Amino acid sequence: MCLGVPGKVISVDGAFAIVDFWGVRRQVSLDIVDEPVQPGDYILNHVGFAIRRIPQEDIGQTLSLYENLLKEAGADDLMAADVRGEIAGTGSGNG
Amino acid sequence: MADPAGAPSAGPPRSSEDARLDAAIRQLKFRDPATARKLSETIARVTKEIGRSPVSVMHVCGSHEQAIAKFGLRATFPRDLNVIMGPGCPVCITDMPEVDEGVALARQGVLIASYGDMLKVRGTVQSLNDAQADGADVAVVYSASQAVDLARSTDREVVFFATGFETTAVATAAVIRGNPPKNFSVLSAHKYIPPVMEIVAEMPENRVEGFLAAGHAATITGWGIFEAFAEKHRLPVVVAGFEPLDILAGLARLVELVRDREPKVVNMFPRCVTKEGNRRAQEELWSVFRPVGGRWRGIAHVPNGNLRLRDEWAHLDARRRFTIDLSSLWDYAPPTLAADCICGDIMSGIASPVNCKLFGKECVPDTPVGACMVSSEGTCKIWHQYGGHPDLGTL
Repeated sequence: MCLGVPGKVISVDGAFAIVDFWGVRRQVSLDIVDEPVQPGDYILNHVGFAIRRIPQEDIGQTLSLYENLLKEAGADDLMAADVRGEIAGTGSGNG
Repeated sequence: MADPAGAPSAGPPRSSEDARLDAAIRQLKFRDPATARKLSETIARVTKEIGRSPVSVMHVCGSHEQAIAKFGLRATFPRDLNVIMGPGCPVCITDMPEVDEGVALARQGVLIASYGDMLKVRGTVQSLNDAQADGADVAVVYSASQAVDLARSTDREVVFFATGFETTAVATAAVIRGNPPKNFSVLSAHKYIPPVMEIVAEMPENRVEGFLAAGHAATITGWGIFEAFAEKHRLPVVVAGFEPLDILAGLARLVELVRDREPKVVNMFPRCVTKEGNRRAQEELWSVFRPVGGRWRGIAHVPNGNLRLRDEWAHLDARRRFTIDLSSLWDYAPPTLAADCICGDIMSGIASPVNCKLFGKECVPDTPVGACMVSSEGTCKIWHQYGGHPDLGTL
């Protein structure tokens, strides 16, 4: 759960954004993000909340880190399971 | 202070050495074997220069342990370096009386919503899964928001059994402030990491000489929070990311600081962590929660280690809304195997999973005895999956 998961902001509607996680689109709360977020930005999501806007120059490295992790992971990989859990935990929230 | 340009680590005066280090870390090529070897050589050389054995350092993050175990990093550590996982698994340190409160509430007829792993963790006598088998209603959610949605979909009382460190507590704080429905309340078992580092740092048994702090938790709190700790305990703290090279680079810097007796904080995870952290998230967190002392499972009473709802949110606090009748659990005998479980010693860094006579025998992921075998961030489950200490000698 420490890992969070990065995603691309597709649209922003008030306190929520639609965020794309490798093709899976989820609603993410912007309640606690540290900076204003716009479509095209990348954010780090933890349990349905954007906790950080990822600086432009760090996006590539951050994404490749997670892509390696997910690509190389076997079915029982604990780190990849946590990342998938992060995506599963995102997207219902009207809260 | 905002960090609009993504400066390596925003904030006040930085030495040129730190700036140089930030630049070097940014250049790290992930999965680069030559770099990994170089870092490992540095760790070995510096550990030898320290001239004590063992040199013990601690990390406090399940994801760090997952990466260390998964990539077999312990095989590359020198024999004299002991890298211990401390209390970094939120499921594991949730104390038995806290689980008891959730179990008792479930048995009293409220609908309990919690993160999946929490269902398997036993309290004094039962887990939430056990309560469910006895007819209580328990739902798995992946986020606090989903617990609120659940409350909106029913007339029943829904209690969110909220566990996790400050990173997760921030999400709970946000839903509490988000005007949840009247039938929603929170049973907070949230924990705050910095105070437990103080406790573990002073435990004579493990003689920890430095800490590797978890990158993403520090995203919220900022690395500045560790400065007073480093000063007070005269221990260095290095904030590190989760890639194998991030961890090796963090450890290399940490043993250098141990060698040089420099009790300072170094941020090796600048792409996620700033000195101030996420101030907005901190404001939300502390507007909802207050730190109180309390036990962490198997470790100790930790002053200010537990996060409880402030008085202004009493109407959403399950402990105030309900009379929690723990005596309803007294008809059940505690499981005898639990007496042999050494989770507490493992989380304090005094013992390893392999020192436990239940590990891999009576205690396995499908039928865990202790909390450390339940969560994907628990030391025992991670070691069971990947092995903890590959027997490759010194590379």
